[in-house]
Amino acid sequence: MASDHDPRQSGDGTAASPLGLALFWVYVALYGGFMALVLVRPDLLSLRPFGGVNLAIVSGMGLIAAAFGLAVVYMILRAGR
Amino acid sequence: MIHQTSFVAVAIFAAFVLGVLALSFWLGRKGQSASGYYAAHGQIHWFVNGIAFAGDYLSAASFLGICGMIAFSGYDGFLYSIGFLAGWIVALFVIAEPIKALGKFTFADALDSRFNSRGIKLAVAISTLVVSVFYLIPQMVGAGSLIKPLLGLPHEAGVILVGVTVTLIVVTAGMVSTTWVQFIKGSLLVFFCGVLTVLILGRGLAVNAGRSGDENLSPQVKTVKPDGTVLVDGVPQSKDHDLRPVGTILRLPERFGDAQSTGPLGPLAYLSALEDSTIVTWSGKKHVDADGSHTTYSPVEKRGSDLLKPGGYFKGLTTGKLADRLDFASLMLALFCGTASLPHILIRYYTVKDAAAARKSTVVGIAAIGVFYVLTLFLGLGAMTSGGLDPTDTNMAAPLLAKSFSDTLFAVISAIAFTTVLGTVSGLIMAGSGAVAHDLVENVFGVQMNDHEKIRVGKLAAVGLGIVAMALGILFRNFNVSFLVGWAFNIAASANLPALVMLLFWPRTTRQGIIAAVTVGMLASLAWILLSADTFEKVYGLPREMALTPFSQPGLVTIPLGFLVLIVVSLITPPPTPLPTSRR
Repeated sequence: MASDHDPRQSGDGTAASPLGLALFWVYVALYGGFMALVLVRPDLLSLRPFGGVNLAIVSGMGLIAAAFGLAVVYMILRAGR
Repeated sequence: MIHQTSFVAVAIFAAFVLGVLALSFWLGRKGQSASGYYAAHGQIHWFVNGIAFAGDYLSAASFLGICGMIAFSGYDGFLYSIGFLAGWIVALFVIAEPIKALGKFTFADALDSRFNSRGIKLAVAISTLVVSVFYLIPQMVGAGSLIKPLLGLPHEAGVILVGVTVTLIVVTAGMVSTTWVQFIKGSLLVFFCGVLTVLILGRGLAVNAGRSGDENLSPQVKTVKPDGTVLVDGVPQSKDHDLRPVGTILRLPERFGDAQSTGPLGPLAYLSALEDSTIVTWSGKKHVDADGSHTTYSPVEKRGSDLLKPGGYFKGLTTGKLADRLDFASLMLALFCGTASLPHILIRYYTVKDAAAARKSTVVGIAAIGVFYVLTLFLGLGAMTSGGLDPTDTNMAAPLLAKSFSDTLFAVISAIAFTTVLGTVSGLIMAGSGAVAHDLVENVFGVQMNDHEKIRVGKLAAVGLGIVAMALGILFRNFNVSFLVGWAFNIAASANLPALVMLLFWPRTTRQGIIAAVTVGMLASLAWILLSADTFEKVYGLPREMALTPFSQPGLVTIPLGFLVLIVVSLITPPPTPLPTSRR
């Protein structure tokens, strides 16, 4: 049952944007996948598939870079709103 | 270890503190309104606010704690960096724009925006104060730890210096001065960490760095006798007879041949060379008997590849024990959910003019904080192999890394570390001041005040909180900084996030549901922490086996519990009725 002040319908800026939520779930998948790897198969993170640096460093840096990348994408697509 | 005090360090430190105070008094010379005191009139530029986010967020735990953890335990410290940054995704994509539209001065304003309930304001004000106090303690403890090597003053002096300085910053110009102090701190921290990283890469890796000969690999014993006398290897500690600094490379990779140093390296080449090197790390083991406490620091020879994978600090990741893995998962969940629930971070959204500025400032914050956390990996690893670590104090890794380059850089980095504490503590005092004056006095107790009186009560609350912070910083002086910050994240995520998220996404959320979720989330996470193995061991001094919870970090249980309580209570209470437009 929806009340009169359904925040998803409000249009007064009090609801998160669908784009933001989509990007949020993308990052949850990345973060969750990384943490699952750390928890279940930490040995895999010792592999060095990209030359000298192991997967633990590459994926950790990748998560930080992904956060920034998604944030920039969001800022560009939401520009002017 | 006994650290030498230098005149340069004192001069740079004094210049930092006096400069910050002068700025605060200059900003506070104009007359103020409540809007100015609590929210800087909502006129802070989004870029300044974004860097101030970094200044607010990057606390002593981030700078001193993570660098120290990487320096002594390797990769696991970087997991904290990843978790701390990931939390900003929740802030940007879920929280930033709605909270700007919902709130006015405090987090309670936002949660209560659709209900006008004294119960919500009371519950959220208390949770704000609890989270702020738990976050304040490690900052003040960190200040006390820094002041001794920097100025040669006792722990209490550092705590009081920070407490007095921050209280002055907050009472002079409220959120305006707090914002600019955090902006300066955020800028300096990222810039000088960048400088340190360039120096680390320029120096490369060297065998027995900082040594005239080989690393002395014999264990070292520090004894603290019941009368307070400190012995090192059985002889009274002095400047001439002290613990040896530690942390060196034993062997470089074969590809460097007989060379004792790699020379300058790029970032990836540095990490690659470190992985293939052999490194000596040190760990301490303590036992207590009638003659006092004895800590034996022993060297351990490790391969770089073992230090650059998970499991060095979070031992449970390699032992396979389910409870240990759940403990780690719980911590990572709390870091992810906690950032967007910290009151001192949330109030920063009220200092910009609109939702677009809130969004843009969060992106700037993510950029600055992300760069910083990438740098922490190089700072920690640089400290690990610098030959200058103090085996007794992991929190001193970053300043001592700077000292391995020059005393002046040590002074600058120590002063910045101190400013780090100032920036975060001023944000926490502002959040607490708003909770007391705006939420409790004005809205819960219904005291009618004009603008001038609102500011005066806010300033009095800030002074009171400053005094409480100083007392706690002295009382908890022996506590681990990162350990205490973990508590704050867990309580914030458990108490605040379920209510905030459900308010935004579930129209059936009721006033009673929010009050119940905040109260149960806060009390459940507090109770879990107090009954956990970590607290039994580190706080009560009791065996871990006596603990009543299966693992120490509560978030995995208490965050879902907060959501569940909100849903159940909302469903069994009448649906909310919309407020008149004028009250929204």
